Amino acid sequence: MDRTGDRIRARRMDAGVAQRDLAAAVDISASYLNLIEHGKRPVGGQLLRRIAATLGIDLALLERPADPSLIDRLLAASARLPQVPTEVAQVEDLAARFPGWTGLITAQAQEIMSLDDRLQMLNDRLTYDPDLAKALHGVITAVTAIQSTATILTGDGPVDADWQARFHANIRDDAGKLAATSRALVAYLDAPDDLERTRLSPLEARDAILNASGYHRPHLEDPAQLEPEPPARQGVADLLARYDEVYAADVAALPIASFVTAARALDCDPVGLAARLGQPLDRVMRRLASLPAKAGLPDHGLMQVTASGAVLLLKQAAGFDMTRGSDCALWPVYTALGQAGRCVTARVAVHGQNDRHLQCHAVAVAAPNPLGPHAPPVMTSTMLVRSLPEPPDPLSLPVGLACRMCPRDDCAARREPAVPATQL
Amino acid sequence: MYMASDHRGDRALAKRVLLIEDEPNIIEALSFILSRAGYTVHTHEDGTTAMDKIRNQRPDMILLDVMLPGRSGFDILRDLRADPSTSDLPVMMLTARGQAKDRALAEALGADQFMTKPFANDEVCAQVRAMIGA
Repeated sequence: MDRTGDRIRARRMDAGVAQRDLAAAVDISASYLNLIEHGKRPVGGQLLRRIAATLGIDLALLERPADPSLIDRLLAASARLPQVPTEVAQVEDLAARFPGWTGLITAQAQEIMSLDDRLQMLNDRLTYDPDLAKALHGVITAVTAIQSTATILTGDGPVDADWQARFHANIRDDAGKLAATSRALVAYLDAPDDLERTRLSPLEARDAILNASGYHRPHLEDPAQLEPEPPARQGVADLLARYDEVYAADVAALPIASFVTAARALDCDPVGLAARLGQPLDRVMRRLASLPAKAGLPDHGLMQVTASGAVLLLKQAAGFDMTRGSDCALWPVYTALGQAGRCVTARVAVHGQNDRHLQCHAVAVAAPNPLGPHAPPVMTSTMLVRSLPEPPDPLSLPVGLACRMCPRDDCAARREPAVPATQL
Repeated sequence: MYMASDHRGDRALAKRVLLIEDEPNIIEALSFILSRAGYTVHTHEDGTTAMDKIRNQRPDMILLDVMLPGRSGFDILRDLRADPSTSDLPVMMLTARGQAKDRALAEALGADQFMTKPFANDEVCAQVRAMIGA
């Protein structure tokens, strides 16, 4: 929907100009300006220019809708705190008029999300860390023995001299164990610089590295390119090495120059490319999603998940803001798991994302289990995503990012209610 | 077998408690207080061979630790309840992990009592008495 009228109205009211005065200044009737402001008449060209000049503002502020991804981030920030009512209808106006403040809001929302993630991770570590569990068990065991023994020694019941000596020795022994465990525990908890404990998970860290180059690995495309230093963390380095191994095999099968030519000829259709080049579809998808920007082809997102839905790789792209916490089961990457080997193609409409329209291709591939054919194959589903320029139509498949953030009530896949009942 | 001191005239009638626990100083303390309370206490430290010991000893009740070398107390409890010859044997689980899910698991597997470490000696004695009498 064209919101130019809204922007004119907001700016006019900011400037304290009555509708009839602005209408008179630009030579139209007040009722016509009223229709424009309520989106019932189009406005543009000379008239819009005169309105901007009269209000003393830059024409672009009236003309240009705010960055849709910024609007989404603002709406998401609002949705996270539904107890704070926001003027959702004016969000575009807010973004256009106060870029600094909106930048602050979205940066803070991002910061809160990353702190939430960090908190969750630390919480998980406290719950599941085997070292910590072992140390705490040691403390409780020593305390139990000391308490029970001390109660015997100080109680009313008889304890002969031999037993007394034995119990004293036991208490000394347990006190020593307790001291040692306590020291280890303090050292464990007092280690803020232990980055292994607090940083991103190895998969997230690997994706952060790959994201910097758009998942493109120049040194594997061209031997003359310098190989980057491997990351310091062993787990991240191992994951990156595994990515590079697959990447190198993809490069060998689909050298970049001929692949780009073919991709351009077929408008990056992965199914057509797989057929023409005689290569597996998932390989073609990986290749399309890791082409350098200079190839001049559309940006593609890529997602790989296991049969349990765990995210192995996530490359975001324009209009594809999926995160590792997303959980909408309607995305083709999940439905493809139900029919391994067959490409699931769908145009999807992401609700709440300014009705983004995306083309998705997904295919699940079953790798044989090394234990033998009696063991279940290891499934990996790969989805390639590309933004479509035209708005969604009734045939587009509605999907969301996560139930908690999704306003669609009539969804068969809904697991839990949406947190905010935000009225857009 | 532990005997703190001979407080009971007729030890042959004493109820037998099998303590399956791997921490030596907790074994000594529990054995002492239960012996002093009039029970005959046998102990065993290894999870893997615990079932053999139970079948041989035929105790009146078992005090069973959860974290044992070889096999967990929950696994042993599961076996106990599955075997008709031991399915009615009173069992008190003893664990350092007092979390609700452990207690729920112990109850689901058929534990009669659940004691969280650190415990009070009197409470252990009182529970044992409640389960098998003096």
